Amino acid sequence: MSRLSEERVATAKEIIGRFPRKKSALIPLLHLAQEQDGYVAQDAMVHIAELLDLAPAEVYGTASFYEMFKFHPVGKYCINICTNISCQLVGAWNLLHHAEERLGIKSGGTTQDGLFTIEDVECIAACTEAPALQVNYRYRYKVTPESFDALINDLESGKLTGEVPPHGTLASVRQTTTAAWSNRGVEEQAQVDAR
Amino acid sequence: MSVPSGPRIITSRFDVADGHTYAGYVRTGGYVSLRKAVSSMTPQQVHDEVKAAEIQGRGGAGFPAGTKWGFLPAGVHPRYLVINGDESEPGTYKDRLLMERDPHQLIEGIVIACYALNASQAFLYVRGEMAHAQERLAQALNEAYANNMVGRNICGSDFSVDITLTWGAGAYIVGEETALIESLEGERGMPRLKPPFFPAVKGLYMQPTIVNNVETLANVPYIVGKGGGDFKSIGAPTSTGMRMFAVSGHVNKPGVFEVPNGVTTFRMLFEAPEYCGGIRNGGSIKAFIPGGASAMWFFPEHLDMALDKPTVDKAGSMLGSGAIVAMDQTTDMVAACWRIVRFFARESCGKCTPCREGTTWLERVLKRMLDGHGRPEDIDLLFEVSESISPGIAWPPRQTTICPLGPSAVSPIASAVRRFRHEFEHYIEHRRPIDGVESPFATHLASHA
Ligand SMILES: Cc1cc2nc3c(=O)[nH]c(=O)nc-3n(C[C@H](O)[C@H](O)[C@H](O)COP(=O)(O)O)c2cc1C
Ligand code: SF4
Ligand code: FES
Repeated sequence: MSRLSEERVATAKEIIGRFPRKKSALIPLLHLAQEQDGYVAQDAMVHIAELLDLAPAEVYGTASFYEMFKFHPVGKYCINICTNISCQLVGAWNLLHHAEERLGIKSGGTTQDGLFTIEDVECIAACTEAPALQVNYRYRYKVTPESFDALINDLESGKLTGEVPPHGTLASVRQTTTAAWSNRGVEEQAQVDAR
Repeated sequence: MSVPSGPRIITSRFDVADGHTYAGYVRTGGYVSLRKAVSSMTPQQVHDEVKAAEIQGRGGAGFPAGTKWGFLPAGVHPRYLVINGDESEPGTYKDRLLMERDPHQLIEGIVIACYALNASQAFLYVRGEMAHAQERLAQALNEAYANNMVGRNICGSDFSVDITLTWGAGAYIVGEETALIESLEGERGMPRLKPPFFPAVKGLYMQPTIVNNVETLANVPYIVGKGGGDFKSIGAPTSTGMRMFAVSGHVNKPGVFEVPNGVTTFRMLFEAPEYCGGIRNGGSIKAFIPGGASAMWFFPEHLDMALDKPTVDKAGSMLGSGAIVAMDQTTDMVAACWRIVRFFARESCGKCTPCREGTTWLERVLKRMLDGHGRPEDIDLLFEVSESISPGIAWPPRQTTICPLGPSAVSPIASAVRRFRHEFEHYIEHRRPIDGVESPFATHLASHA
């Protein structure tokens, strides 16, 4: 799809300003692209390369290492079901199986209407609340087949629109503060000397 | 069963409804330690308190934080503090809670640590999948800047520091400190070789860098407020302070508990009514993981052991990241072993051949056993491949690899196959688990996994 919007370019510049080196902003900028389009589009990667003085291949080189970045459209709601050890011990595979039947897709697939993607994922740090899942990185704990169905119904009917933003949006609050140091190394040494 | 008690240190605000806000934090005693540090202590004095506390890092290796801080070479600037909030070791669940429920406590710990380290910039790296933690931290950081707890001339002193909040995008290996640094530099998260790339000497942008876990730093406000000696008097002399443990799996009430370190036993956590209240369905422990997926497993004979670092190390495992997973007598050990190995196979960064190839082979061999296609020579093959990743299959593991991830995949094999060899043989011979254990795939073995 698209390059980053003007508003996102402004945000990108703020983010770049918080790092001593431009390339450090690469992963945050990829998240901005995914937030805009629901996935990381090729044009967006070219745009990010321009913003960071990188070759597009360097952008893709880093992006492709990370599981969360998608390079093709996925469902509006990505449901990640943990099947790691603590969840496996209390029925995660049965839950995944149920999810597949309910949505008529296999793990990794997307429903025809583009609404849901399901994935079998590694531990999501909710092990005491197993079996656990995330929908667009928002948690659901101690999930049963019944509560899974209720979740799908609520997502379909739009009941959770406020709580679960479309795929790609992570934090709804951003850091707004900016760092303004001319030469951090020298200033830091001066702080030490002054004490 | 009576259990040892201690103060709630880092979880004290978990029940305070607005404990995550600046107002709630300050009302409950927050930012007092920071004010104390910058107005009445030298950086060296702060460092000395952390040393005296003898707090062991809570990220996995358990290295004393005070000692680590001392590794920064004098006079080299800029230097950085990197906070590891990548929590993704299977079974681990505590850093996320600390970030979501008490973000200011972490921020206060970070600023105090920067003061002690003479660092003026910190990078708080949160796991990508933790949207709520990112949100809470962003909110808290904005408030802390607005109230002069972070930024220029903190609390009116001459000390200034910036915190940059950022997050990853899904990769377990980025929790390893040098991989995290690579990721912070905008690279693929692949570990660096140590030596020469010890972060304290050649870390972020090749500058001196301290990497600490979220829980480690969350303890710093208490240590500076009450003194290192007070902290050290809690728990055992060999494992000081309070510590968070997540207990999951086949217990009645799984939960995350802050308990006196070094004196609480595994049995207490599993059985005491204050904690998990027993094994589910009145069952018994068949095996348990004492410190995350990378740890060697423990068995019923280890139940009365205290959660004390040297004790657990000597018994051949580790407390790692405080992740305890209970498996009762119905657990399919082949399936449990396979699931953990699959994790490492998926998460190997691919930089070293023994890890990239070895973990993949281990996973495939275990998978074919589960699928009913196991071969008689497969058990030997598992050990042979394990040997090539971790010669001697010993503890602590030796490694042919750049980082400890590869050898970690050997832990479940060494644990499960040695102890429950008959279950593996049974799968190979009869294509199903032994009687009395439940396959986790009961409904759809062929379609999945
Ligand atoms: C494969 C691997 C994964 C790791 N994952 C984490 C993690 O998710 N969080 C963490 O704090 N430390 C993790 N560590 C340990 C870090 O490398 C590092 O030792 C730690 O963050 C230091 O903090 P501490 O001294 O405060 O414990 C991991 C280590 C390895 C080898
Ligand atoms: S041991 Fe595995 S994860 Fe670690 S550097 Fe080597 S290939 Fe990467
Ligand atoms: S194992 Fe499923 S959340 Fe940790």
